[in-house]
Amino acid sequence: MRKYKLKLYVTGKTLKSERALANLMRICDEDLDGTYEIVTIDLLEHPELAEDEKIIALPVVIKELPRPIRRVIGDLSDTESVLLGLDLEAIDPEPPGEDLEPVDSEPAGEERSQK
Amino acid sequence: MNTEKRPAGIEKLPTGIPGFDHIAFGGLPKGRTTLVSGTAGSGKTVLACQFLAEGITGSNQNGVMVTFEESPADIRTNMLGFGWDIQKWEDEGKWAFVDGTRELGEEEILTGEYDLGALLVRVEHAVRKVNASRVSADSLGAFFSEYTDSTIVRGELHRVASVLKAIGVTVVMTAERSQEYGEIARYGVEEFVADNVIILRNVQEGAKRRRTMEILKFRGTPHDKGEHPFSIVSNGGIVILPRSTPLEQSASNVRVTLGNQQLDEMCGGGIFRGSVVLVSGATGTGKTLAAIEFVAGGVANGERSILFDFEESREQLFRNAIGWNIDLPQMERAGKLLVVCASPEAAGVEDHLVETRRKIEDFKPDRVAVDCLSALERVATEKGVREFAIAMTAFIKQLQITGLFTTTTAKLFGGASTAEANIFTVTDAIILLRYVEMLGAIRRGVTVMKMRGSAHDREIREFTIDDRGMHIGKPFREVSGILTGNPVRVAASEIDRVEEMFKDKHPA
Repeated sequence: MRKYKLKLYVTGKTLKSERALANLMRICDEDLDGTYEIVTIDLLEHPELAEDEKIIALPVVIKELPRPIRRVIGDLSDTESVLLGLDLEAIDPEPPGEDLEPVDSEPAGEERSQK
Repeated sequence: MNTEKRPAGIEKLPTGIPGFDHIAFGGLPKGRTTLVSGTAGSGKTVLACQFLAEGITGSNQNGVMVTFEESPADIRTNMLGFGWDIQKWEDEGKWAFVDGTRELGEEEILTGEYDLGALLVRVEHAVRKVNASRVSADSLGAFFSEYTDSTIVRGELHRVASVLKAIGVTVVMTAERSQEYGEIARYGVEEFVADNVIILRNVQEGAKRRRTMEILKFRGTPHDKGEHPFSIVSNGGIVILPRSTPLEQSASNVRVTLGNQQLDEMCGGGIFRGSVVLVSGATGTGKTLAAIEFVAGGVANGERSILFDFEESREQLFRNAIGWNIDLPQMERAGKLLVVCASPEAAGVEDHLVETRRKIEDFKPDRVAVDCLSALERVATEKGVREFAIAMTAFIKQLQITGLFTTTTAKLFGGASTAEANIFTVTDAIILLRYVEMLGAIRRGVTVMKMRGSAHDREIREFTIDDRGMHIGKPFREVSGILTGNPVRVAASEIDRVEEMFKDKHPA
């Protein structure tokens, strides 16, 4: 079982940040193979963390574990680009032939075979 | 009649950037955002950093640098050369970076709606952390190119600017422009920071580049108009050279010597302290001698003097002076004189001006001679040399220093070139040295053409140079056309007749 650690940075409770959190939880529930932990950080309360992480655009989700660290900006409404952007593995890879495989999916394919 | 109540004037924040507060009539509009726009390499980042550096060193005001282009590490290194130890200031809690740069290869994926709200959070946090009064953001163009949706970027910058205004910090934001003369900045930046705009230029003129700064507008508060040349110097950064002469100089009635008694007499008893004299002449007429006699005359009266020479080396100068019985090295050893010889080609004209000003500030002389301004034409345009003369005049007058500049006429015989004529208007007195060809021999003539605020000799007198310097003799009574280069002998009776013409005639 893999363990995912995701941090979602927002400023206050805005429509966008609520939507981002909902989208992220849905993606993790539906598409992730393994356990996950989501930490929501309000930058209005911890402005110094924005400087540490060099964040400008919000909302942003940063995948800290497993490495490499990846980040995706926005309300996370497009599941596919979130998975791709965070380098997450979906439980069910798309059936071959239905869509063109992304070019950079080869290492992912390897890992998939281990399952 | 305007009966409207005047709102309280906009306060100015003295920046401490040399020359800037003079052309800005006091400094940047306090608590406002000023846009600094310029092409690549026009000095935007230096200005942005200097604004903060001068605040820390000069007025105990801390600063925040928001950087979108160069990384903080690069800025720390690059600015060391100007004498600004940013790392030290960061450790002392006087300077904070907001790092908006992105490391190479680090990609962020955008999906769905987003905003740039964290920028404001970070800037606000940094301002509070170091208790900043000044903020610089460099450069907006890099920020815009980072995020494709320029509406969001513009909105965020507007938010940052208005929050900083509410806090009361003074802000400098830099932006790129694609050409020296044209739209203010790319991405329509001026739409949200339109109140105050400064343009930096790095214009090609002939084979030379010239840096200028222009305050395009300060909403609701006055400033000097036009382009002011500036220079970027190591250990100091930007130095602006105002074109305008401060008019509040007090005019002195005290006369001082030109270092030659006969020349003093021609000027009505010497020149006024704090005035500037121009000596114009063809090569070999005795300009360098005039400059050397001028500084030596000062030293003899206990005045400290500097001689800047753009034509001759120290050795040449000392040897020539010895030939006229003036011992310059001895005066230097006594600490009364400083001789500075510089090759015009060694730097741009703005750099020369900065360097001469530094020397003057350090040595604190009572008189300054510059020999010869025309040599600077080798590295500058006519306009550039004129600006040097104007800026130099303004500077030394402010300090109540007496000055003597020399210029070379292009022709051996006859009048001044237009370049010289441009400088003529700047100085208080003009002395012409001219060759006079008469009866198969070349003689020298001297005349005082202009002497502000004083009567002076109007004759053209012959002078000679020997091992004791310049000796002025009798007027060329029977010659006319010396200044135009076509001397013609005039009969004595004709001269008497002309003099009669201008005499008051008593009615019989």
